[in-house]
Amino acid sequence: MPDHGRVLGERAVPYGDRAVLVDADPGDVAGLHAALVVDPLPGQVDLVPAARTLLVVLDRPPTELDLATLRRLRPAPADADRPRRDPVEVPVVFDGPDLADVAGLTGTAVPDLVARLTGTELTVAFGGFAPGFGYLTGLPAEVHVPRRATPRTRVPAGAVGLAGPYAGIYPRASPGGWQLVGRTELVLFDVDRDPPALLSPGTPVRLRAVG
Amino acid sequence: MLATGPLATVQDGGRPGWAGIGVTRSGAADRASAALAGRLVGNDPDAAVLEVTAGGLRVRAGRTLLVALTGAPAQPRVDGRPAPWNSPFPLAAGAELALGTPAAGLRSYLAVRGGIDVPPVLGSRSTDTLSGLGPAPLRAGDLLPIGGPGEDQPVVDVAPVPPPGPDPVLRVLPGPRRDWLAPSAWRALTTAEWTVGTASDRVGLRLAGPFLDRARDDELPSEGLVPGALQVPPDGAPVLFLADHPVTGGYPVLAVVATTDLPAAAQLRPGDPLRFRPVR
Repeated sequence: MPDHGRVLGERAVPYGDRAVLVDADPGDVAGLHAALVVDPLPGQVDLVPAARTLLVVLDRPPTELDLATLRRLRPAPADADRPRRDPVEVPVVFDGPDLADVAGLTGTAVPDLVARLTGTELTVAFGGFAPGFGYLTGLPAEVHVPRRATPRTRVPAGAVGLAGPYAGIYPRASPGGWQLVGRTELVLFDVDRDPPALLSPGTPVRLRAVG
Repeated sequence: MLATGPLATVQDGGRPGWAGIGVTRSGAADRASAALAGRLVGNDPDAAVLEVTAGGLRVRAGRTLLVALTGAPAQPRVDGRPAPWNSPFPLAAGAELALGTPAAGLRSYLAVRGGIDVPPVLGSRSTDTLSGLGPAPLRAGDLLPIGGPGEDQPVVDVAPVPPPGPDPVLRVLPGPRRDWLAPSAWRALTTAEWTVGTASDRVGLRLAGPFLDRARDDELPSEGLVPGALQVPPDGAPVLFLADHPVTGGYPVLAVVATTDLPAAAQLRPGDPLRFRPVR
């Protein structure tokens, strides 16, 4: 079987009485999402791809048949014909309230930390958390930091944060637990723009230090 | 719109289908009450209503309207005289409808025959307070357009609905990351009395009670959330998500409130006690 040694079948568990959470290899999430877009479950209302999971929201309670179907689901082929896009350049003022803490946590001086954050091309792995929010992957391992122990009840729009292997930009003021290192003026989400989200999954991104 | 009280928003069934780009469903926090209000005036199921938080609404009818009030009973008066609850009634052109403070519950709903006809955003007229999508929260002086009536006629005179009761018990199912919490956490959740915290809103209820110990200290990759998900941050104080929950979250979900009990959760006020009990 051309399965690259992976265990056949995903873990799929009911999530309350209107959803199923599927655990998946990070590389399979996009393909599983595509498979359910093409061939949805009966009563499928929404899909939420994330780092290692795909949440399938239904308009009815999940059944054993749903769980069996999702455990057997194979990723659809990735669309390899998408043309290469230029990176979205994000101008960032690096003056976030957690910048010094992150420098301390990573054992780097602030200028070196900024150089590492701006020196790598990042990619939007998936969305979620808020409209237009993209989880940016590609950060060097030495700048991976944990989330804050207590989330802030309000993080301002444009705040640039770090959490684990991800960087992210808050499109609008919201609660949040990421370590804030800077801010940008870029508008990430606009319902009158098509598509509304600037940082959709697969988009390359580069942070640029300004001001 | 003469006065809004602490928060009044336009709500409908929300905007499902956009979670992939981070847009949560939103919609009425107490869907049962909102849907009842719409049915009482014969509206289409997707017609929008007003969601009034902690009373204080005052509106004047620009023309004669058929209206209905549901949810947290809030001493309704029309030009100073008591008005019905859970029952459709005509509001004459120029008449003023005023709500007092709810004696129980938090959210009241006002449906108008024809629906609140503000422009939809991504297919819904709901105000999503977390993302800012949809119409802004209402302000005194706003003019609210009313749509044309649907084909259905109002057929119910009064709906016998009990008001929100004291000491509610919400039924919970085990969450997908129950194993990330200590075995004692589920028992603590389902036996202790909890208190709704002051930092509670349409996004979620912050709960005060016993510390919920984790079984694992590593970080959970962010994953999808649903309304009713009870998430436990490292500080041990759980958040029970409501209509405007973030699409994803990065803390383990210990339990999920049964869908039929979400309306009761949406009627809890800061300071209210509550309990959880496993679904049988």
